[in-house]
Amino acid sequence: MIAAVSFENVSRHFGSVKAVDSVDLEVQPGEFFAMLGPSGSGKTTCLRLIAGFEHPTAGAISIFGERAEGVPPYRRNVNTVFQDYALFPHMNVLDNVAYGLKVKGVSKTERIRTAEDALALVRLPGYGTRKPGQLSGGQRQRVALARALINRPKVLLLDEPLGALDLKLRENMQEELKALQKSLGITFIFVTHDQGEALSMADRVAVFNDGRIMQVGTPQDIYTRPASRFVADFVGSSNVVPPDFVKRHCQRDGWGSLRPEAIRVSTQANGTGIPARVVSVSYIGAATRLGLDAEGLRLHATVPAGVTVPERGADVVLSFGANALHVMEADA
Amino acid sequence: MSDTVALTDRSAPAVLTARNGVLGALSDLFWRKPKLLLFLMLLPPVLWLGIVYLGSLFALLLQSFFSIDEYSGMIKREFTLKTYGELLQPSNLDIMIRTVVMATLVTIASAVVAFPIAYYAARYARGKWKALFYLGIMLPLWSSYLVKIYAWKLILAKEGILNWALAKLHLTGLLEAWLALPIVGGNSLSVSSTGTFIVFVYVWLPFMILPIQASLERIPVSLIEASADLGASPTRSFWNVIFPLALPGVAAGSIFTFSLTLGDYIIPKIIGTSHLFIGQAVYAHQGTAGNIPLAAAFTVVPIVVMGLYLWMAKRMGAFDAI
Repeated sequence: MIAAVSFENVSRHFGSVKAVDSVDLEVQPGEFFAMLGPSGSGKTTCLRLIAGFEHPTAGAISIFGERAEGVPPYRRNVNTVFQDYALFPHMNVLDNVAYGLKVKGVSKTERIRTAEDALALVRLPGYGTRKPGQLSGGQRQRVALARALINRPKVLLLDEPLGALDLKLRENMQEELKALQKSLGITFIFVTHDQGEALSMADRVAVFNDGRIMQVGTPQDIYTRPASRFVADFVGSSNVVPPDFVKRHCQRDGWGSLRPEAIRVSTQANGTGIPARVVSVSYIGAATRLGLDAEGLRLHATVPAGVTVPERGADVVLSFGANALHVMEADA
Repeated sequence: MSDTVALTDRSAPAVLTARNGVLGALSDLFWRKPKLLLFLMLLPPVLWLGIVYLGSLFALLLQSFFSIDEYSGMIKREFTLKTYGELLQPSNLDIMIRTVVMATLVTIASAVVAFPIAYYAARYARGKWKALFYLGIMLPLWSSYLVKIYAWKLILAKEGILNWALAKLHLTGLLEAWLALPIVGGNSLSVSSTGTFIVFVYVWLPFMILPIQASLERIPVSLIEASADLGASPTRSFWNVIFPLALPGVAAGSIFTFSLTLGDYIIPKIIGTSHLFIGQAVYAHQGTAGNIPLAAAFTVVPIVVMGLYLWMAKRMGAFDAI
């Protein structure tokens, strides 16, 4: 099968800054693919390389098997939902959405009809005559989505599409975007720094750091079997434990990753396990997050709601199941 | 923890004592009543604009409704439209049309010349190149207007550097053919309407470049990228996105170039034909002729033209993107 997007050894350097550094990547057709990483990790540059706003310093990019180097953005059947939405402020919503059809030379009646359909698709029917300035952040986001979908792109790129929305709206849009992607069957590639968003929406996730891909896999893979300390640390605030701890508790070599929810906290001082002291207690709704000092090691554990929560300064005993401790390759 | 102790002072008061003196009391007063500060700050300029500027403008308008007694040369302070009747005589209409056409052409040419410069400055120039751009644009404004115009007279003269350069390029024939044309031609560039036009464009260009540059700078790069992303070639992106969003800047610049050309009397006096422009007519009528009412009526023309111009610009949507 031909990959929707493929990167072969792609680099994009800005002077001495290696924004993207020899990246290999294959995104499958119809996939919802997330690029996850902290700011400056190269994920947005990768997206811009696919859109055609940037050109690789080295390497080859193909979109559905066609080489894309030197192809300007306006000749790529790829559309983008911009982080700031980039709606044209001097056009009304309908003209914004119909813009892609207008530059293609589609007749006025047809492009109005298609644009109205697209607005209905993003649940904004009848908003065509408003100016972007009169819409809320969530509505602008939907208009940007409708505008990007109107050309029926082979690949839809989303640059931090939900970053500017408040929590409630963001959760709703996550579900909607995912449902939309499934019903349209278009390849979605979206960039985010929010690990929760990447894990909940994507079929596969690529974790970026310093211009390189650290790991590619399903959300389950990334979460439960991180390949490196960086991934373990960045995705879901895991406890990264040093090799001597791993050696002591499961007789294997390398750094380990221990999920906060996998740690059982017992207030019975005579229980078996690792003795620890509670350093901080934060209530986060569905659970309580404990900061623990265990044998000089700083750990976090989450205690689900309904279980007795120890107080700050209490002495506790920690235990975890044999396969809860995931051992990573012995990396630096 | 010992390092937090230094940051904790339990004896500190929650409300600090007021600063002593009049300044302290004033600071507190202005903080509580910000509108009072605004009022005091705006009072002098509003008085200046309202009384000195607008007042004299209305006095001028009033003058145009008086007339001059043909025999005594005295101003008759009675309301009449006689002066406006005089204004609409063919020879005066001729002056008005010449001036408005010149102002229009100068404005169009300035916009065309200014746009690429402003575009470069807004989109590409960074750091020291940007400083150089501002210096290059502003520097001509620092030197005397008269010196620049006389310099242009020398450049455009028959024995001037332009003729010399054209002769070296074997293009003298082209210039002569142009000068042989009616209206735009003349004995040499320095005594032709073409010369007046060139110097107007040169002198007003900064007033066109700066507003366009400011408006271009406000266009987010992502809008241009979005246009390309949706399939628009650079040319289409320019006309669909960049130009409409830069239009308020072009409109602001054109207000400068248009009104400055309408009112100027020095450039057409030094460079160009003997035909008068509005500014020269005003100068002549209020000076030697002593016909203040007609001079005032002439002054009303640019005001009316500018009003019409702004109304048209607004109707065409020039200010929609502000």
